[in-house]
Amino acid sequence: MVKKQMVKDSINWMAGGPQGSGVDTAANVFGRACGYGGLYVFGRREYHSNIKGLHSYFHLRMSNKEILSNINDVDLLAAFDAETVVRHLNEVVPEGGIIVDSQQMNTKVLGIPTLPPEFREELQKFMNENNVGETLNDWLEYAKKRKVQVFPVPYMELLNQIGQKLGVTQISKITRMINVLTIGVSLALFKYDRGLVEKAVRETFSEKAKIADMNVAALNHAYAYAEATFKDNFKHRLEKTDANEERIFITGNQAVAMGKVLGGCRVQTYYPITPAADESEYLEAHEILKTSGEDEAIIVVQTEDEIAAINSASGAALAGARAATSTSGPGFSLMAEGLSWAGNNEVPVVITYYQRGAPATGLPTRNGQADLRFVMHAGHGEFPRIILASGDIRECFYDAAKVFNLAEKYQMPAIHLMDKAMANCSQTYPVFDYSKFKIDRGQLLGEKDLEGKEYRRFSFTENGISPRVPLGTKNGVHWYTGDEHNETGHISEEPKNRVMMTEKRMKKLELAEKEIPVEDKLAFFGDQGSENIVVSWGSPKGAIIEALRLLKAEGLSAGFMQVRLMSPFPADLIGKALAGKKRVINVEDNYCGQLGEVIKEKTGIAPNYHILKYTGRPMTTTEVYDALKLILTDKASKRQVLMYGS
Amino acid sequence: MGLKPSDFKTDVFADWCPGCGDYGIMNGLQMAFAELGLEPHQIVLVSGIGCSGKEAHNVKCYGVHTLHGRTLPFAMGIKVANPNLEVVAIGGDGDGLGIGAGHFVNAGRRDIDMTYIIHNNGVYGLTKGQASPTLRLGVKTKSLPRANINEAVNPIALALISGYTFVARSYAYDVRHLKDTIKAAVQHKGLAFIDCLQPCPTYNNVNTKDWYAGEDRKDASGKPQSRLYKLEEASFDPTVRDWNEDFKKKVAALEKAQEWGDRIPIGIFYKNTLEPTFQERFSKRIPFYMTTPPAKQKLCDDKGYSHVNLQAFVDDLKTS
Repeated sequence: MVKKQMVKDSINWMAGGPQGSGVDTAANVFGRACGYGGLYVFGRREYHSNIKGLHSYFHLRMSNKEILSNINDVDLLAAFDAETVVRHLNEVVPEGGIIVDSQQMNTKVLGIPTLPPEFREELQKFMNENNVGETLNDWLEYAKKRKVQVFPVPYMELLNQIGQKLGVTQISKITRMINVLTIGVSLALFKYDRGLVEKAVRETFSEKAKIADMNVAALNHAYAYAEATFKDNFKHRLEKTDANEERIFITGNQAVAMGKVLGGCRVQTYYPITPAADESEYLEAHEILKTSGEDEAIIVVQTEDEIAAINSASGAALAGARAATSTSGPGFSLMAEGLSWAGNNEVPVVITYYQRGAPATGLPTRNGQADLRFVMHAGHGEFPRIILASGDIRECFYDAAKVFNLAEKYQMPAIHLMDKAMANCSQTYPVFDYSKFKIDRGQLLGEKDLEGKEYRRFSFTENGISPRVPLGTKNGVHWYTGDEHNETGHISEEPKNRVMMTEKRMKKLELAEKEIPVEDKLAFFGDQGSENIVVSWGSPKGAIIEALRLLKAEGLSAGFMQVRLMSPFPADLIGKALAGKKRVINVEDNYCGQLGEVIKEKTGIAPNYHILKYTGRPMTTTEVYDALKLILTDKASKRQVLMYGS
Repeated sequence: MGLKPSDFKTDVFADWCPGCGDYGIMNGLQMAFAELGLEPHQIVLVSGIGCSGKEAHNVKCYGVHTLHGRTLPFAMGIKVANPNLEVVAIGGDGDGLGIGAGHFVNAGRRDIDMTYIIHNNGVYGLTKGQASPTLRLGVKTKSLPRANINEAVNPIALALISGYTFVARSYAYDVRHLKDTIKAAVQHKGLAFIDCLQPCPTYNNVNTKDWYAGEDRKDASGKPQSRLYKLEEASFDPTVRDWNEDFKKKVAALEKAQEWGDRIPIGIFYKNTLEPTFQERFSKRIPFYMTTPPAKQKLCDDKGYSHVNLQAFVDDLKTS
């Protein structure tokens, strides 16, 4: 059950507690503090579809080298409540530690009200099998037997002391600081630079000086308490290093927002949905853009539903703005008809699609990659579309910008395919260099180009692309219709015109396939000459790359092909890459192995192994490593299903 | 310039049934646009699905013939991207009050400076005469297998309570009245709604041209007593001049909206220019919104390099 600590050059900290208790803020402060100390951080955020009370946690992995994913280990667990201990106890490695509220030791584990019955059964079974008693103290005793260190801290007592110091008596104000309290204790145990943590607290609460002061006081009190009480008892150290470059700590939602702004998105529509809405809110907060002097702003409109969102975005695109909408599965389902209209009318509208656990409402706050087939085929009829799938947060940024070029150059709806893991994970990167990015609006005509000419919006051309004119342009009056249409944009049911229009639309896809550079179609990692190849897409990327590095160190070799462009699907390139390989290992966060199926359909080559995960939690390096190792040493079944994560 | 209504005609064959009210609405639009001194490229006519949807092809201006019920979202997107365009949305009663009812209500909350005309004939014509949301309970038009089992939506009342700042009704066969109403709607600052009554000569054999004209209720001299009367001729004052009188005016308009049957008011029910439009609301936050709206931003220099400096985002996120 407990993996040995595989990756020794990183430290793993986890904070957990009821939703609404400041887990996110804690992770943000902790992550920033590590960033200030020159460390790389990878953060994974897990939360229930709930406002207050249900369990949420944040797993932060820190290193002085760039890290790409999570691992299963936790070196120090900061438990805001008893449930956190129960849920994550077995992730804490031997020699690792648990910070726990000493006043909750007698809490009866099975009596924790937020535990669902099916999980309670699991706990009961675990308790029976391992002879663990019913109180939190019994559980911690069990952990100690596994050489896990327990650091009991009287939370309320310390908080009351802090409250007295600050003259705050209101209990709700005091308990809100549990998160900062545990950070203080954590970083004292790690012997981390207190000044950097204080800076992180101040930066996190930069708009509320009073709250910042309170939290700094709480932090210092807790830090001092832990230093005095636990001295050098904890063996793990978190040491600052020199970064000598400017870095950011960024989530996928934020990276997409930044990329969109860079890519020229000036109208964004959305209907609130997890995990997409954060992106739109972030954009709205930054609506007036900093430029080299020009007036530029992005208009964000919250519409009444996703149907309005896609169709308003299409309307804005027809008027000449770069326009996008952002959603996840349920929202995209509603957009299907609008997508078809955009395809028929060659509208360069962009849809950012954050997959989450499905079907139906599914696991609304969890991860999934089960919408690949859907996104490739959604909408009635045959029409071309671009689908670009990012694999990490850096790619999210560049792809979010790039996708507008593709949409406008080829005049078709373009989908930027994301997933919840990327949306909500956070990662340290050197500041993104966007100096080489160029905007390409494709064939876009203005008033002067049209003077004295008869303009037809859907004129037949050799490559299928007809020059585009924004609505409102003088000399360019034209029509759009969801019906089949002639070159002018008027309704036509003539068979010959129908064939020509269909072919005109569809052949743009051939052009796109010819022109889109290889690196936007596929990315290769690991040993390309190996007889083994891993194929995957989206957020498993980081875990796969790290797992392959570990395996290589053990003499096990495999290449990794990340598929980035799903439409037009680069079947020829994939076929070539997979030809003659002994093991083709498909890795995805879904049940069916959808990418594997698509590859089989388009290339005739079927993956002979699948590593799949559909718990709703993203893959970790540890479990991908374990599964790949079994496959590469011929000890595995054809289908490995991963289960890690609470 | 002095464009004539005929300058707004296209050579697309209008394929409505003889006697269809859509001809009147098409003419009303063309006449209104000419009299307003607009040029075709300044106007975007956005339509939905159904017989009325095709109207966009018969008027010479930018035409966007969209999806069933989605006229308003498309129109909003166009207007948001380029608020200097004259956007007129048109659609059927099923389009706007059935499948698109959510958009109808929510558009009102935004007071987007554009015009929306519903072609109200009580039936879904193009699918052969099913009951539309404006057909009254118990009415059996000719292709219905049973009398209508649903009560009707009141478009005027719905527009009033949804926040439309110009609410009017007109009649497709009174083209002059319709043209004037369209002109007033286009000139209105804010979201204007016109409930345009129209017979469907093929499927609505109840609310026919003769019915509206009152052929069934002649006076002693044998003259038909039209069911329609004009609010402007009945000393009805729809204009809100001060927020203090807004509620009173709305209530008066709602009362008028209840009239149906033997006396049906047409004209302007409510008009309020005090409400800030969607465009004004954005302009408050983004001072250059009207002069450099999203569709007019250059995005990049001549070489394609973005104008944007992402430092503001980086400052938020940096860890050094």
